[in-house]
Amino acid sequence: MKLDYKAIGLKCGIEIHQMLDTRAKLFCGCPTRLRRDEGDYTFLRWLRPTRSEVGEMDPAAYFEFKKGVHFLYEGYHDNTCLVEMDEEPPHDMNREALELALLFSLLVGGHPLDEIYTMRKIVIDGSNTTGFQRTALVSLGGSIDIGGKKVGIQTVCLEEDAARRVGEERAERLVRYRLDRMGIPLIEVATAPDIETPEEARAAAHRIGLLLRSLGRVKRGLGSIRQDLNVSIRGGAKIEIKGVQYLDLIPRIVELEALRQLRLLEIRDELARRGVKEEDLEFKPVDVTDVFSGTKSKIARRALARGGVALALRLHGFSGLLGREIQPGRRLGTELADRARYWAGVGGLFHSDELPKYGITEGEVEAVKERLRCGEGDAFILVFDERERALKALRAAWERAVEALKGVPEETRGANPDGTTRFLRPRPGSARMYPETDIRPIRVTGEWLEELRGKLPEKPERVWRRLVEEYGLSKELAKEVFNSPYLYLFEELVEELKVPPSLAAATLTNTLKSLSRDGVPVENLSEERIKDALRLVVRGEIAKEALPDLLAAAAREPEKPVEEIAREAGLRAMSVEELDSIIRSTIEENRKAVEERGERAFGLLMGRVMSKVRGRIDGKIVAQELRRILRETISSSSAENSS
Amino acid sequence: MSVENYGPLVKELLEKSGATVFDEVSLETRDGLKLEGVIMPRPEVGDPDVLVLKLGNGYNVGVHAGRVSSLEVVGRREPAPLVELSRPRGLEGLPKVFFIGTGGTIASRIDYKTGAVYPFFSAEEIYSMVPELEEIAYIEAETLFSIFSEDMTPAHWQRLAEEVASVYRREAPRGVVVAHGTDTMHYSAAALGFAVRRAPGPVVFVGAQRSSDRPSSDSAFNVIGATVTAIEAPFAESVIAMHGSVSDDVILVHRGVKARKMHTSRRDAFMSINSLPLAEVEVPSRRFKMVASRYRGRSDEVEVEPRFSDRVALVKYYPGMKGDVLEWLVERGYRGIVLEGTGLGHVGTHLLEAVRRAVREGVVVAMASQCIWGRVNMNVYRTGVELLRAGVLPAGDMTPETAYVKLSWVLGQTEEFEEARRLFAENLSYEYEERSEYRFYPGARWWA
Repeated sequence: MKLDYKAIGLKCGIEIHQMLDTRAKLFCGCPTRLRRDEGDYTFLRWLRPTRSEVGEMDPAAYFEFKKGVHFLYEGYHDNTCLVEMDEEPPHDMNREALELALLFSLLVGGHPLDEIYTMRKIVIDGSNTTGFQRTALVSLGGSIDIGGKKVGIQTVCLEEDAARRVGEERAERLVRYRLDRMGIPLIEVATAPDIETPEEARAAAHRIGLLLRSLGRVKRGLGSIRQDLNVSIRGGAKIEIKGVQYLDLIPRIVELEALRQLRLLEIRDELARRGVKEEDLEFKPVDVTDVFSGTKSKIARRALARGGVALALRLHGFSGLLGREIQPGRRLGTELADRARYWAGVGGLFHSDELPKYGITEGEVEAVKERLRCGEGDAFILVFDERERALKALRAAWERAVEALKGVPEETRGANPDGTTRFLRPRPGSARMYPETDIRPIRVTGEWLEELRGKLPEKPERVWRRLVEEYGLSKELAKEVFNSPYLYLFEELVEELKVPPSLAAATLTNTLKSLSRDGVPVENLSEERIKDALRLVVRGEIAKEALPDLLAAAAREPEKPVEEIAREAGLRAMSVEELDSIIRSTIEENRKAVEERGERAFGLLMGRVMSKVRGRIDGKIVAQELRRILRETISSSSAENSS
Repeated sequence: MSVENYGPLVKELLEKSGATVFDEVSLETRDGLKLEGVIMPRPEVGDPDVLVLKLGNGYNVGVHAGRVSSLEVVGRREPAPLVELSRPRGLEGLPKVFFIGTGGTIASRIDYKTGAVYPFFSAEEIYSMVPELEEIAYIEAETLFSIFSEDMTPAHWQRLAEEVASVYRREAPRGVVVAHGTDTMHYSAAALGFAVRRAPGPVVFVGAQRSSDRPSSDSAFNVIGATVTAIEAPFAESVIAMHGSVSDDVILVHRGVKARKMHTSRRDAFMSINSLPLAEVEVPSRRFKMVASRYRGRSDEVEVEPRFSDRVALVKYYPGMKGDVLEWLVERGYRGIVLEGTGLGHVGTHLLEAVRRAVREGVVVAMASQCIWGRVNMNVYRTGVELLRAGVLPAGDMTPETAYVKLSWVLGQTEEFEEARRLFAENLSYEYEERSEYRFYPGARWWA
């Protein structure tokens, strides 16, 4: 279904986080190198929220506090120091990083501030050892141009990246983080909510990515750039969607979020039509354990055997609505279940619209309805777990049901790989920042800005012009490269690796696109890996025909070195000697045809040889060698005949 | 709140538009930037001609006064009034612990609207910061001083010792907790170690290496550890309860007279020097465990000798130091000098004469080692022997800081030279360890 975005009042803003490739981290001298191995040492921490005012706690902070988790951090002797451990005050802000942020600001015509203040933004999910993220607003205003439309830039910030979550031990309520990434500088660019269609969202993200990339010292590869989207429709709510790592997924996410909000508004209206009011939705869970004493449902049996209970809650007037789809494969019931999972860690929340199912019988459903005194239009939700958790889960789900009366609840959501989204946490309150008193404000003088103006990078359009003028790409192909995330990679391939421009362009556009169409997870292909693959082609170690297979395999196994993949898959190019011997044996096998047709047997032989060597050697070489050997064979046999 | 740290350019700009700190303003710059925000007080650092605004998104930003083309007041944002807290219910029957505040911020509130951090110290506030205490103790609290720990003097130690005595007599708590800045905590803890001779419970010093306004503060853990110690400890000594590692798990309880701050910033900055800690507390389980077997036990009586002399100096010897430093102290009427000598307890031989003269003048001179770890022994080398002959008192395995505090206390007790020397040499509060155990020093290859 195509939505009329204008009619529903779609508004979207984008926040882009780009990791910088500076020599040192933002507030200490550690290198900005990412690690994959386990840390050299660990330490344990608890965070407790500071109260902004007593009695009123920041909702996001309170959320984490309620979960009562503690954190185990892994540090590295070479990559982390006491600053990341929150055992030493931060050092001065990294000037190299600040310069990059200022350069970006100048690129988009922004207004740098005269004095820059580092702030502490409270985040107590453990992703920062301090309990806050250090962030500084560097510049306000400016704009980018997407197809003639201006999209405003609201802010350019410089902030420290967070620690990477690597695991969780639920039983011990312990979350594990690695510290290598923490403190790496990020530029955060936020647009105004000027974006009005899903395609514009992609274009804006692409444009900002390109400009960031033009700065040179930015990190590449998976996770080095992250997009958050703020999406709302008229009457809906501003929903923040976190962690979009893949540019081409953006339009789909925006579209599906618009759809979700539309459906939620429809559900709200339907509830109003049914006359359901907040006071009708009482939180009165009923213990229905006895109903399931002889149940066939495995989930129920397992929970009850462990001493759990079955708790059910009536939702007045919700019949048919919990099962209503709001995004492909996701229903209102899924939203309730998301909340139960996050607040109580309860995996299975059942609702009456999906029952009987999962081994729960019609009879059991009826019995529960009777116990809850469910009327015609009523629905229920049901949980099997230990009593306290079950109660917590029901309450969380119930809170979400109550919110359905009002339409779209404000939430921070996470992007799923298919473009749908899931509940991550409540939206943080706005007032959770205070000054980082350990860092002095930094004065940005006119002279400094003047000096930076002289260091501005080449505009991406210039590179585009070179594609046509210097590298001889067709206008269409040049445009495709320009619109892909790989403009700068293209130049590197051509300049550094001496990849023929047409091969580089075709690989970065057509090949990757068709692989993606075939379901290959091309978003896993870092630029480094694409480079590795093309390097093999340039060195003649694999035939360019084998490139698509190699890239596909590299995307599917992102941890394995590309060279190893090429070797294991037998994609390594074949030597001319090997080819010659295959040609000879093919001629031998088809001796009769050669004798009869002489050089006219070429077409037939070419087909046979190619079927044996395709992908391992260039077809041109095959043709050349075949022709040579065929001639030799014919002339030697005719010499034999004449003798 | 005033505009005090702002320079003339900003002051003029504000006056012209009738604006002041915490006013909400709408501002335009000559380069076409429009901003709305609240005028913040100017920090002491940075450029005083730059106006600081807090924007609606929470960020503080600076705009130079010369860049502003118009500024208009649109409203006012008062710092949020502090909400009155009430004491939690159901504390009856819990052991009573009395908190004395001296200026260490173990608790604080942040006003996000203004970014201000308010330290606080009422019992209600301590409970609200560390709710776990509701299950552990009935807390009373008072603020004795509000000073930085580097501003502490022997006069403050005396006042604190008197207050501890008064609290034990007046309130009869199970234990006393003293919130203290960490920089000189080991001096104060040592001071109370000498001044409090007998008491019904311990004096537990506690602080924070990460300020209490941040979620990662070590304050709450340390406070829980200190409170458990105040209740569970069989001893009635002056101790320091702080993190035992960089992890939030074990709190170590160091004897004040053996403790030293050994790191500028780490949570586990405090160590017991030339001894092991007295005890430890496993905070998550609140388990208290003794490490040492000898200690001064709880007593029914309160006996405090609070006087300290302020005529004692701690002087670190360095190559090239001249004797006039000591001569000056003697001339100024100092009655005690603790030398922080090299190695086993030496100063350059050229100082011998100045030392002799000081002793002749009736100044008590003691020798500790700048090695920190280990014991002085002045019989091994000739310089040591000469110093002993000159009348220098070896401070054994005491840290230079403890030796300094001890001499200050001793000279607060007696004016008499020989009596002072006798008292200094006596083991008064477990400040001397008789044995130097192998495990008292972490070793030079501690990382291996």
